[in-house]
Amino acid sequence: MTTLSPSPQAAGTGGAAGPDRPPGPARRLAGLLHRRPRLRLAALLTAPLLWLVLAYLGSLAALFLSAFWTTDSFTSEVVRIWSSRNFEELVGSPVYRTVALRTVGVALAVTGLCALIAFPLAFYTARVAPPRRRPLFVVALLMPLWAGYLVKVYAWRLILSEGGPLDWALRPFGLSGPGYGLTATVLVLTYLWLPYMALPIHTALVQLPDSLLHASADLGARAGRTFVSVVLPMVWPAVAAGSVFTFSLSLGDYITVQIVGGKTQLIGNLVYSNVTLNLPLAAALGTVPVAVIVVYLLAVRRSGALRSL
Amino acid sequence: MRPHHSLLTAAAVSGLLLVTACGSADPAGSGRPGGLNTPDLKAPTALGEAEGEVNLIAWAGYVEDGSNDPKTDWVTAFEKQTGCQVNAKTAATSDEMVSLMKTGAYDAVSASGDASLRLIASGDAAPVNTALVPNYADVFAGLKNKDWNSVKGVAYGIPHGRGANLLMYDTEKVKPAPDSWSAVFDEASAHSGKVTAYDSPIYLADAALYLKATKPELGIQNPYALDQKQFDASVSLLKEQNKHIGEYWSDYLKEISAFKSGDSVVGTSWQVIANLAEAEGAKTAAVLPKEGSTGWSDTWMVSAKAKHPTCAYKWLDWIVSPKTNAQVAEYFGEAPANAKSCAETADKNHCATFHATDEAYWKQVHFWTTPIEQCLDGRTDARCVPYAKWVQAWNEIKG
Repeated sequence: MTTLSPSPQAAGTGGAAGPDRPPGPARRLAGLLHRRPRLRLAALLTAPLLWLVLAYLGSLAALFLSAFWTTDSFTSEVVRIWSSRNFEELVGSPVYRTVALRTVGVALAVTGLCALIAFPLAFYTARVAPPRRRPLFVVALLMPLWAGYLVKVYAWRLILSEGGPLDWALRPFGLSGPGYGLTATVLVLTYLWLPYMALPIHTALVQLPDSLLHASADLGARAGRTFVSVVLPMVWPAVAAGSVFTFSLSLGDYITVQIVGGKTQLIGNLVYSNVTLNLPLAAALGTVPVAVIVVYLLAVRRSGALRSL
Repeated sequence: MRPHHSLLTAAAVSGLLLVTACGSADPAGSGRPGGLNTPDLKAPTALGEAEGEVNLIAWAGYVEDGSNDPKTDWVTAFEKQTGCQVNAKTAATSDEMVSLMKTGAYDAVSASGDASLRLIASGDAAPVNTALVPNYADVFAGLKNKDWNSVKGVAYGIPHGRGANLLMYDTEKVKPAPDSWSAVFDEASAHSGKVTAYDSPIYLADAALYLKATKPELGIQNPYALDQKQFDASVSLLKEQNKHIGEYWSDYLKEISAFKSGDSVVGTSWQVIANLAEAEGAKTAAVLPKEGSTGWSDTWMVSAKAKHPTCAYKWLDWIVSPKTNAQVAEYFGEAPANAKSCAETADKNHCATFHATDEAYWKQVHFWTTPIEQCLDGRTDARCVPYAKWVQAWNEIKG
């Protein structure tokens, strides 16, 4: 812009305008925006709103709409005839019900495990570890995010394989690894999404004022009491936020389960196997996680956790 | 809070309206009745100038440029000779090939029989003028104008080669050596949790083939033409098998790793997987069981929307030329399509090992074909279960 130029002429047009000179275009625009707050808001929000509506909600709407179409049974071409058959199939067929329940179960198990593992870890990194080393521990906590998704999952395939490192480590105790299957899937997903749970909890614990803990101790509360009555209510919103990540990420995953899940099928696998042959059915299946997430978010909101975020 | 909500609602509603408008603006009536009413597409009568590149969809091991193994390279010579730069995309399943072809970004595909008819019917594959592919003349007669590569005498592609789905087993853990598919069906419990199977609806045909031999009362003639009763019997056999399955495979690397680690000890395989697993130190062997087997006969097809048709035709001619076809066949572990290839193989026994000229052998192999309502075995008094139902059943079998 001309305002950067040191020449007096440019400074005259862009900077403090003299009374005899008409204001420059930038000035006029600024004046217009100042007088019309709605225009200001529109300029600010048009681009992000377009993105939200077209790309984000638009794709969801397209998904929901195409779930009402059908396919030509031979060529797999989509036939645009309105029908609720896909949803009837979804509700009526036992296999889809079983898979949907299994998927929600996996997502809940992963979320629970992540919270259980992340809490003590985050408590250590946020409150126990010497302050100088804390950044180092946080980096260590986030380290799994540095490697590629597939690399990590294939590494777990090797770890869990027959006679692999896990079997070897458990053999002295007379145990063996879970092998490929549902347990392996939960285990690997927990590993994958742990940082998403640990980081919000860590942040919440860092922000917890020392004075509250001291006050609790002064009033005679033991560690357990302080934890339940002071720490947990303060950190709960962070756990809820983390759980939204771990829950939704597990709900949609279909690659991990393909690699370490043995013959297990989750919703994502059904979507994947139908997407080329029966797009409308895949779309109908795809609405299930969306519905589950909406229910989950409502439940989290009801618990009051979102209010203090 | 309130204005925020109404803003979001407005956004959602306008988004919905927009999509509805777009949806209804699309040309309606793309629904075509089932059966083989082929779209009206013409094969080219002459080739133009080479376009400089060609985009291919292929099975792993079909388009090798030396990057996997410096000794395995039949792409570089093609590029030098024709000036067509090859961009290859490896697909893992027939369904993936069909969906990739629908994008219109590719010129040619090595389609198996469970994909080819679908590509023809949907208008994604164009008829092929075999006169523009000089090497087609030397292709085995047993591969020309088959159910899976032609419609009413019009060729829709060039045969690439053929092979059988084999029974692979761990030679140390599965004793005595199996010679029947019962190893993965009736006797699967012997290796419960370590049985593997191909993860595709077309695998139902393997069960049907086994029932054809063991339950003659079902009257199965062709494993791709199953009426409801035959179909249900195959599905329940696979549901029984599912209890003993460790994992299903569609990625061949996954199967190799499972056999190497011992997570799988018996199951369906391809010759190329058996070769690679052995080369990587797994103690495995592969056999063609006495019931016969399912198999594939792949066809190079040209996209109806090909942007580089001349280069695509040049590739079709190249891949079935005697020398190249011999290289591919040896690398992949299949019988070549070109009769003259047998003189070009490095292993002079290759054609004998893979029964390239043995038409009696291929009678035992039932090549993948897309099941349709009209029974492919010629029955007119029965309706067969179409492929869409196979897909649904496959989801149920896996549970």
